[in-house]
Amino acid sequence: MKTLKPLNGNQTIAEAARQIDPDVIAAYPITPSTAIVESIAQFRADGLITGEFVCPESEHSAMSVCIGAAAGGGRVMTATSSQGLALMWEMLYIAAGLRLPIVAAIANRALSAPINIHGDHSDTMGARDSGWIQIYSENCQEAYDNFIQAFRIAEHPDVRTPVLVGLDGFIISHSTEVIQVEDDEEVKKFIGEYKPAYSLLDTSRKITVGPIDFTDYYFEHKRSQLEGIENSPAIIEEVGKEFGKKFGRAYGYFEEYRMNDAEVAIVVMSSAAGTSKDAIDELRQEGMRIGLLKPRVFRPFPDKKIAEALKRLKAVAVLDRSSSPGAFGAPLFTEIRSALYDSAERPKIVNYVYGLGGRDIKVEHFREVAEKLDSIRKTGKVEEAYGYLNLREQRKGEYHGEIKRPGPDGR
Amino acid sequence: MKKESWKELPTGAINVHPGNSVSNLTGTWRSGMKPQFIEENCIQCFFCWLYCPHFAILVKEGEVKSINYDYCTGCGICAEECPSKQKSIIMVKEEVKLAEGGKG
Repeated sequence: MKTLKPLNGNQTIAEAARQIDPDVIAAYPITPSTAIVESIAQFRADGLITGEFVCPESEHSAMSVCIGAAAGGGRVMTATSSQGLALMWEMLYIAAGLRLPIVAAIANRALSAPINIHGDHSDTMGARDSGWIQIYSENCQEAYDNFIQAFRIAEHPDVRTPVLVGLDGFIISHSTEVIQVEDDEEVKKFIGEYKPAYSLLDTSRKITVGPIDFTDYYFEHKRSQLEGIENSPAIIEEVGKEFGKKFGRAYGYFEEYRMNDAEVAIVVMSSAAGTSKDAIDELRQEGMRIGLLKPRVFRPFPDKKIAEALKRLKAVAVLDRSSSPGAFGAPLFTEIRSALYDSAERPKIVNYVYGLGGRDIKVEHFREVAEKLDSIRKTGKVEEAYGYLNLREQRKGEYHGEIKRPGPDGR
Repeated sequence: MKKESWKELPTGAINVHPGNSVSNLTGTWRSGMKPQFIEENCIQCFFCWLYCPHFAILVKEGEVKSINYDYCTGCGICAEECPSKQKSIIMVKEEVKLAEGGKG
């Protein structure tokens, strides 16, 4: 029966996992995704799921178990965060290279050093070339919906590519919202039966998985791998629409908010997009023609569609919750600026890095961005292409040496 | 052998002809040295057979008989491991660097 339930992000993923009941779940708990694994273990202990639950000695092993189980023809999932995803690194590429439709929930968290357990996108952005499809969620409901759709996308015969679903660590993973949980049977029906492309356990068709390629085959196999992710846009669209038809919440590559007559726009993913909507509502009331574009699918990157949505604007600010040291801007920005290159008309574009290590981003910070966009719109000039939001900067005229801190008595 | 284009390859880089590594004559990797089997010294301990990384020790009717130079890479592990007082496998210089039959 479909019900409204108060669940946090981790619980929504666990709830979806319970409904889907994959053949194998292999995971090693890590903050902030621990509760996903914990809840699933409880479901297993309570007999609510029938799949194997494997708790190996590390995330590297967890992904290895997923790969083995998926190569054996199973429907497989895992969950992790940050250093856990980093430890899975070499196995991520193997999962994608073997075209195994594993689904992973990632409670996005900053990478060390310095060690930090809070939310940013450094972990999954670092995995952006691993060959996995990447879908990001704004809130608990989206995390639940995306996670269910991820199985359909990953397992589609034309795709056969692993999918990760990002939900911001703590901001979504630990925040409770009332979400629409769909009926167990309806979710199972939507996912459908999984028919693997190949299985090591199929003795009628003997195969070797993961053999060595020399210079004569590696290139062809890598090109062949790309076919899955290149076929995925049509499937992502189809699944998003079908999900909407069935459950009433349709999904595309990105969401446009108040973009119809917008002159300037903010581009931001995940939970911060929710906050930006409040800022945009305020600014609209004050007469500013501003909108939001919230990318949902980062890999494959919907370059043409995003360029089409942004090209007529006067100024765009792309907000990234990770940085790409030494690159000409953070990951989302470089993709979008590059996507606009072929457009005859294109907006002025600036990049802000925000929220590293879980640093708050509030309405006032979006207003700061809007102010900058408004001045670019008026003057047509970009003074600084890259900036940071809510970062303590050295103030002009301040002595650079000794910083006066209050003593124990507060003075 | 005709090599497939990327479109003809099965999904997931799997090998649908398991065991086809027999067509890869690793004997072509040998460079300069090869093992020589001296049957009269052999105590039939099977150490060489156990340690050979390329299954190149030929066994017939339960006895080590010779070396398969199509696959022997000349790594020398067999000669190193051979425990008999008078070595039954020694490494010797090899002039021709091709696998037997010149296939490779």
